[in-house]
Amino acid sequence: MNKINALIYFLAFSSGFCIMGIELLGGRILAPYFGSSVHIWGSIITVFMLSLSIGYLLGGKLSTHNPSLAKYGVIFFIASIMVIPIVLFAEPIMAFIFSHIEDSRYGSLLASTALFFIPTTILGMISPYSVRLLVTDHEKSGQVAGGLYFVSTLGSALGTIITSFYMVLAFDVNDIIKTFASVLGALGLLAIAVSQTRAKERTVCLES
Amino acid sequence: MFRVLIGCVILILSFGVYSEVIHKEPSLYRNILVEESGDLLCLKFNEKTRKSTQSCMYKSKPKKLVFNYTKMTFASLLFIDNPQNVLIIGLGGGTLSNTIHELYPNASIENVEIDPAVIKVARDYFQFIETDKVTSKVQDGRIFIKRAALKKQKYDWIILDAFNGDYIPEHLLTKEFFAEVKSVLAEGGIVAANTFSSSKLYQHESATYYDVFGDFVNVVTDKNSNRIILAGLNAMPSDQQIAKRVKQLAVKLAPYDVDIHSLSEHLLYTKDNQNWPSDTKVLTDQYSPANLLNY
Repeated sequence: MNKINALIYFLAFSSGFCIMGIELLGGRILAPYFGSSVHIWGSIITVFMLSLSIGYLLGGKLSTHNPSLAKYGVIFFIASIMVIPIVLFAEPIMAFIFSHIEDSRYGSLLASTALFFIPTTILGMISPYSVRLLVTDHEKSGQVAGGLYFVSTLGSALGTIITSFYMVLAFDVNDIIKTFASVLGALGLLAIAVSQTRAKERTVCLES
Repeated sequence: MFRVLIGCVILILSFGVYSEVIHKEPSLYRNILVEESGDLLCLKFNEKTRKSTQSCMYKSKPKKLVFNYTKMTFASLLFIDNPQNVLIIGLGGGTLSNTIHELYPNASIENVEIDPAVIKVARDYFQFIETDKVTSKVQDGRIFIKRAALKKQKYDWIILDAFNGDYIPEHLLTKEFFAEVKSVLAEGGIVAANTFSSSKLYQHESATYYDVFGDFVNVVTDKNSNRIILAGLNAMPSDQQIAKRVKQLAVKLAPYDVDIHSLSEHLLYTKDNQNWPSDTKVLTDQYSPANLLNY
């Protein structure tokens, strides 16, 4: 496996980790305003599944237009920026919804949409785009997709357990979310930087 | 020989009574059992490893309180006189509500319970009384109190009894939640919380109450069991005032098997007597791993 492919797998792993870490903390974020009944998880999981499904569609579509590692990095960078409003605006958004919607089912559904829909949709774009970058031989496309799901879902599993078992015991919810955002942003910049150096190397090769 | 036999029979009757599940109520949260054993009727939550008892009642003497912590809750009355607006978070079998209603028939009592199945069982099996003044509502306690604060409602006796033996709703044990509770507490009112925290959580819980309410009172009769936290008091009464209240209440509470005199001797004031390290981290909505701390 070449270094670029390894980087793509690592990025897909990290996005899986962050998605589930954020989903898990969603319950914690909503509880003060909407309680901790079963329907809170119903709202959160619905919004995450819905936005991931839309993200898959958009990511697949985007991958048909001159796919590149740089654009892949940009997706991560945008996702990182879109995670930040969870930290900054969760309180006023939830307070507003709380005072306008009496039923905590619809209140929590609206709040999780407002907080998580955009960042999760963008994170959902990563999986199909990764497949596009990794597949070189259509006979191996299934195997590549399988490997990618393996890595990103493994990331999700670890993101869930590490966040719920250890991180909530050591850090504030907002600090964990900020860390996820920083990691996504840093990885996006890394992907962009790598694609730039590769482009330069190629130009040097061509010139000599 | 005959006396030994009688002794055995009495022993069997008192300890070996076969307990029988007379009702199972399915619930969103966990299945609820009504178990009968001799004169005792209990509401239990059916958890995988064990059944945790939530509430019990003597069928022949429904007035008499069974659990120590229920009795301990009435230590609140040493600090407030004639409560008029009572809020109970966590219904159980409705024992607290029924008892307070009998003691103060004119008081309005609002019971808030997250699980509709618990309310149903309390009504059907535990003689939970509901009137114009005594109501119950299916809602998460945190949401109820937030809405009550928006409506500027005030309560002079707030009882927090939403923790069951295995699980603490973590959003009901944070600085922000207690601040909301304080905002609906009437002038001169009291908050009584039934908790079972141990080890590390005991310290975090104490520090969190102290942060919001200042000095409080712990009611502890048995070191290895629950404590009742009494918080929100403006001023601590003197020993003479407590003794006076004991006299006023003793007869009134006797039918419920509440020994108010003994309770008055088990009040631990945190003033000048903090039993947690002063640098203990306060639990907040941002940091509330209560269940992970309670090992």
